[in-house]
Amino acid sequence: MNIPLSWYLILAASLFCVGLFGVLSRKNAIAILLGIELMLNAVNINLVAFWRYLDPIQMAGQVFAVIVFAVAAAEVAVGLALIISVYRRRNTVVADDIDLMKW
Amino acid sequence: MTVERIIFIAAGVLILGSALMVVTTRKLIQAALWLVSALFGVTILYAMLQANFLAVVQVVVYIGAIAVLFIFAVMLTRKEMRDNSTQTRSNWWFSALLGGLILSGLVFMILGEPQFSRLAESIPPGLDTLRNLGTALVSPGAYVLPFEVSSILLLGALIGAVYIASRKEEDK
Repeated sequence: MNIPLSWYLILAASLFCVGLFGVLSRKNAIAILLGIELMLNAVNINLVAFWRYLDPIQMAGQVFAVIVFAVAAAEVAVGLALIISVYRRRNTVVADDIDLMKW
Repeated sequence: MTVERIIFIAAGVLILGSALMVVTTRKLIQAALWLVSALFGVTILYAMLQANFLAVVQVVVYIGAIAVLFIFAVMLTRKEMRDNSTQTRSNWWFSALLGGLILSGLVFMILGEPQFSRLAESIPPGLDTLRNLGTALVSPGAYVLPFEVSSILLLGALIGAVYIASRKEEDK
């Protein structure tokens, strides 16, 4: 294990920013969710890297990575259900067109 | 340059290249498939960090369930799949600027912290991290509460997703 911790952190930061770019620049609501998945994965890389480099005896990093998995699964299930429901009613998945709650 | 660093750089190139394809490719179904590739690269990182259980969970949950769910959603919104026009907003350069600024700030902070240049110590022999993880998830002194909360969250998401996506009578 002769990789510095900062390599993992920089890779995770780059992945997070790519995901952020996807979330902010995409029109399609499904593509926005894809960007959010990339950001959640970047967070998980950080959690596991800190667990391995700082404290492999205590399992805090891995436990919270598992919880991020569960949250990501729940978020994708509800998010895609919402998108499919909106698509059925309004026949669009473009985030700009879904402005029903805009005053 | 050791073998580990070469594997790390290869995995990093795979992850970042696939992630860039996810956010830039025009066809949504291809974006979902590039996401599978990026998730696989993250699995390599977990294996290198000796988080074996998480590597398996990454393949089973992320690639096996979440990516397939995305592909299903893309296919259910079929009109968009044939759409070959541009998929990015007109002010995408502002998002790129924001992402670049945040990335440069993060890299500046990471490189400025001397503690982050440390190397990992080897895991002490006889330490069973998988057993420790299982114990930590169910012992009252550790993380049983977040574990139960996440199970309730999954149940709520299951019921909520079924309710939201089910076709109601008045829609017909």
